[in-house]
Amino acid sequence: MNKLAYIGFFLATVFILTAIFAPYIATHDPIKRFEKIENGESVSRKNDPPSRDHWFGTDSLSRDVFSRVVYGARISLFVGISVVSIAGIVGIIIGAIAGFYGGWLDKFLAGYVFNVFLAFPGLLLAIAIVAFLSGTNPSATDRIRHLIIAMCITGWVGYARVMRGQVLKIREYDFVQAARALGASNIRQLFIHILPNAIQPLIVQASLAMAGAVLAEASLSFLGLGIPPPSPSWGTMIDDARGIDTLRTAIHNLIFPGAALALTVLAFNFIGDGLREYLDPKQRKR
Amino acid sequence: MNKYKIFNFAKRLGLFLLVIFTVVSLVTILIELVPGDPATARLGDQATPEQIQAFRERHKLDRPAFFFTYSSEKGFQWHGSRNRYLDYWKGVLQGDLGISYDTDRPVLDMILERYPMTIRLALAALFVAILISIPLGVLAGTNKNSLIDNFSSVFALMGICLPSFVIGPLLVYLFAVQIKIFQPSGYEYPEDIILPAITLGAALSAILTRMVRSSVIEELGEDYVRTARAKGLSERIVVYKHVLKNGLIPVVTILGLQLGVLLAGAIITERIFNLRGIGTLLLDGINTRDHRLVQGVVLVISVTYILANSLTDMVYRWLDPRIRLN
Repeated sequence: MNKLAYIGFFLATVFILTAIFAPYIATHDPIKRFEKIENGESVSRKNDPPSRDHWFGTDSLSRDVFSRVVYGARISLFVGISVVSIAGIVGIIIGAIAGFYGGWLDKFLAGYVFNVFLAFPGLLLAIAIVAFLSGTNPSATDRIRHLIIAMCITGWVGYARVMRGQVLKIREYDFVQAARALGASNIRQLFIHILPNAIQPLIVQASLAMAGAVLAEASLSFLGLGIPPPSPSWGTMIDDARGIDTLRTAIHNLIFPGAALALTVLAFNFIGDGLREYLDPKQRKR
Repeated sequence: MNKYKIFNFAKRLGLFLLVIFTVVSLVTILIELVPGDPATARLGDQATPEQIQAFRERHKLDRPAFFFTYSSEKGFQWHGSRNRYLDYWKGVLQGDLGISYDTDRPVLDMILERYPMTIRLALAALFVAILISIPLGVLAGTNKNSLIDNFSSVFALMGICLPSFVIGPLLVYLFAVQIKIFQPSGYEYPEDIILPAITLGAALSAILTRMVRSSVIEELGEDYVRTARAKGLSERIVVYKHVLKNGLIPVVTILGLQLGVLLAGAIITERIFNLRGIGTLLLDGINTRDHRLVQGVVLVISVTYILANSLTDMVYRWLDPRIRLN
């Protein structure tokens, strides 16, 4: 596997461990507002630059940026894993059905349903679904649920297409034919014989989709359609930091969550590309 | 045109119409997901029953949502053609997307007012992307593993992993705060489109640079390049006249597919730079809970996206005769 893929694995591991052990890594409470003593008076620690107390500085509401970035990894990872696994399972099942049964069912699914879902720009559909699902002042758990539903609705098609293509190819292989001749049921053929041989490109798809889901969560949060404040999502943090005054005086508010997001997206893209190259020897030479 | 071609064209047209039909239907049905009653949500708890009734009649909310409804108390009920789904369809076919809950103006007028800005932004971004990616991709592809090739790889990587809502504020920081040559937001003068266009076009430049590069490398290995070189043509003519012409075919597809992505991405860019386009209109609609407006904007963006994709498909077929035969 190429070097970039190893970098990807390393960064992804850091990201996942940070998310899991967030309470131990964070140096402060991510939603607490801090104060400092200035001329004998206690004033808010608004937009302080990075220091020994606050490694990534403080934001416009005097909160510790480092701890918020650390806890932000949790939201990203949770949304990402939920979306990848739910959309993956749904997509794999639908793709397998389309590829395995063929005929009018395949024509309907691959020729029509897939095309309809691909016809929407994913981000727009996700925005619309979240906007329509949420009533006034949705709670944080509702919003996370809506985000995951929206991203699954837009995300399953990718897996379904890959899976369908794989099943169409593999079901004609001799060992599947042999299993069929021995009287294996359709379910058995699909899950015992076809799926294990179809899994490789699906892993690549999952890795790229993970990058996409992390990015989509941040995008929706940036647009104010994500998890409501004060929960620390990277997208919301970037949105808070983009005002001209904050840019002028406290650019660290933008840099740190932006870098965390970029590195995470980069990591999963590297893994996906690296795996694709590794699994497809034809591409390795390039 | 032979029979086969006509059949093929009819098939694509049929699928196109079917997709449009489904998209309109989905958007129509999506609005029914909104929890609560729009009339009370807009008018508040203090509204009199007459006011609520008037609002419902004005926005055609007094009819059932669909051809039939099912509830556990009343069971299955058939409502016939007097329903909101059909009403919306009738409106769409007559160019009427309903009336905004918030401003009481026709939704279509509001969209048409804002659309030129978004199209200007998307085209400017497309222009930026082409301007960067074709020269950079060709240079990288013809000088494989050189300094410029490595630079183009790093550039492409940054464009792919840095989302527009990080690039945008960074550009504002660099070119409106540190070096004051552009306005941080708004659109007054033509040059105000530059930062938004770079923000929106960055990801596309990255993807295109990689595509142009690999496309050029692939084409350089073809037999016709050897023939052209053997004829004594200069390397410049070989690259720009022969290789680029063939190498750009796959790039055209990506460009067309990306035009729709740009329209969706414009939502984020317009928010960063506070541009009065269709994206900020959508976000305003969401914030004021003007679901009729949101519905209209989603519909218009989706239809534009589908149209762009279908047109690309046709141009692609026309450019590359090999595909026409298949």
